[in-house]
Amino acid sequence: MNGKSTFSQLLASVLVNAVYAMINYPIMIVNTLLAPLSILVVITFVSHGALVGVGIEGALIMTMVSGGIGLQGDLSHLKNDFKMQDMVVSSPTSSLTYVAGMALSELVFSLPVLVLLSVLAAVYLHPTLLQTGIIIAVMSLMFIFSIVLGFLLSTFTSDIVQSWGFSGIVSVLLSTIPPVYYLITYIPLPFRYIAYISPTTYAAEIIQNAMGFLQISSINLVADWIVVIAATICLMYLSYKKARWREP
Amino acid sequence: MEGLSCRNLSKTYGNNTKALRGISLSFKGNGILAIIGRNGAGKTTLVRILSTELMPSKGSAEINGMDVINDPGSVRNIIAIVPQESRAIQWLTPMQSVMSYLLYRGFGYNESRKKASDALKMLGLKSNADKLNRLLSGGTKRKVMVATVLASDAKVIFLDEPTTGLDPISRNDLWNLLNKLKRDYLIVLTTHYLEEAEKLADKIGVMEQGRLMAFGSMDELRKKVRHQYSIRINDPGADMPATKEGTLIKGLDGSKQILTTEKEAFGISQYLIKKGVKFSTNPVSLEDIFYYIVKKPINETSEGDEDEW
Ligand SMILES: Nc1ncnc2c1ncn2[C@@H]1O[C@H](COP(=O)(O)OP(=O)(O)O)[C@@H](O)[C@H]1O
Ligand SMILES: [Mg+2]
Repeated sequence: MNGKSTFSQLLASVLVNAVYAMINYPIMIVNTLLAPLSILVVITFVSHGALVGVGIEGALIMTMVSGGIGLQGDLSHLKNDFKMQDMVVSSPTSSLTYVAGMALSELVFSLPVLVLLSVLAAVYLHPTLLQTGIIIAVMSLMFIFSIVLGFLLSTFTSDIVQSWGFSGIVSVLLSTIPPVYYLITYIPLPFRYIAYISPTTYAAEIIQNAMGFLQISSINLVADWIVVIAATICLMYLSYKKARWREP
Repeated sequence: MEGLSCRNLSKTYGNNTKALRGISLSFKGNGILAIIGRNGAGKTTLVRILSTELMPSKGSAEINGMDVINDPGSVRNIIAIVPQESRAIQWLTPMQSVMSYLLYRGFGYNESRKKASDALKMLGLKSNADKLNRLLSGGTKRKVMVATVLASDAKVIFLDEPTTGLDPISRNDLWNLLNKLKRDYLIVLTTHYLEEAEKLADKIGVMEQGRLMAFGSMDELRKKVRHQYSIRINDPGADMPATKEGTLIKGLDGSKQILTTEKEAFGISQYLIKKGVKFSTNPVSLEDIFYYIVKKPINETSEGDEDEW
């Protein structure tokens, strides 16, 4: 397998799952923009503008997380409703290339909203180079985490309806419960621990701390990084074990 | 060796369904290998194992000398499949569908465009190439799937029930196309339309409950069954001759059919001519053979497990 054909194979997923979908159904672009922006607007209004910065970094994290949730649905749709995965399995494309291409397609799909949020971040947050680096690192980690989770879940589902069930739950765990668009200190104490179920909470804490919205101890910060990285590695290991390219 | 072979393939699914019980067959060179059998016979399971999508529980298989079980990577360079119930992706055009598949096969962008356009032309899909798949008729969508695999460099092509649900004209179109292609490809075709297998196939495998009950060309299959000739009498009131070697089948419309040996068919024909009864004599069709084979109680043939076809 040479590099050129791997590039073609990655491109195939990006075209099928993102570019062609957006060209043929432009409404999809509106849809990707709408969800994170509407929450951002609500947060800004409710806080009288005080939380706009937190809201922007929250929207950035959530866009990354939704990549994995989208991936789960898309993989299961293409596999079960069109049998496309069966065709790809019996082609020269490897499982890793296929999943990487599909992950990339989710990123391409999020490009419009990422561009918009980056502009907003530049205008409202003026991050330093270090802060930008931290934001990008955390976003990348969250992307990998959610992509791997989405992939793992998609291997368990054989029906899109079942898949929606999973993505609904994952969506609540990763994006509704965690204080991403606001600060964790807003949650009264016994309930705060529930938020710590989700890796997105830790990711948000890292960024909020870096941007100065939240002060946490350095031991806390280290713990946050460890949790996010460990959760990602654990999931990667699980999906390496569970991945079923050729059915057993 | 060019061709496809498998030995003793068995598959028991996780829920304990025994879908395949020791399938052995071999097909040399190009042509059409048809697998027939009713729903649940195990056709799809066999095809999915041969196309490296599914692991068998037991047994081995080779395509062009490459090991399907242990070296799927090599096999995948030369095979392509249109899975049962696969559909052209709704939000793509035929051009985009075929192109993206070619990219998955590792062709460059421009080459994929060119090959896709050629394949669509060959299947008469040129005028539909840039419409959305979801707007096309069922037959056209199916052709898009076939164009997709034909556009590639694959030499061994699996088509799992490609004509199920097609109208007679679309089906005929596809048959003509497959007939043209069989010189250049090894096509493994599953179907439950017996006419389709009889028309197209060089070799036919008859599957029933996970077993290969018979395998061979039409002539070879005719030799395997007890009766080689079919005599049809349409007049319900006709004076029927006795048959010693054959069986009499009564049709719903009152017509009668005698399946019998060549020797007795000759005698019966003479009798019918003498009586002035109108009748027709033909070699048995695949349909006759199929019913003969699958209607037998399964234990009568179960020792055929290790049969080598
Ligand atoms: N994934 C699966 N899990 C369990 N049983 C299956 C699975 N796929 C097929 N079967 C069973 O295996 C048998 C053969 O099925 P299949 O190969 O699809 O037959 P055909 O293609 O001839 O209709 C059937 O009894 C079917 O219910
Ligand atoms: Mg089938």
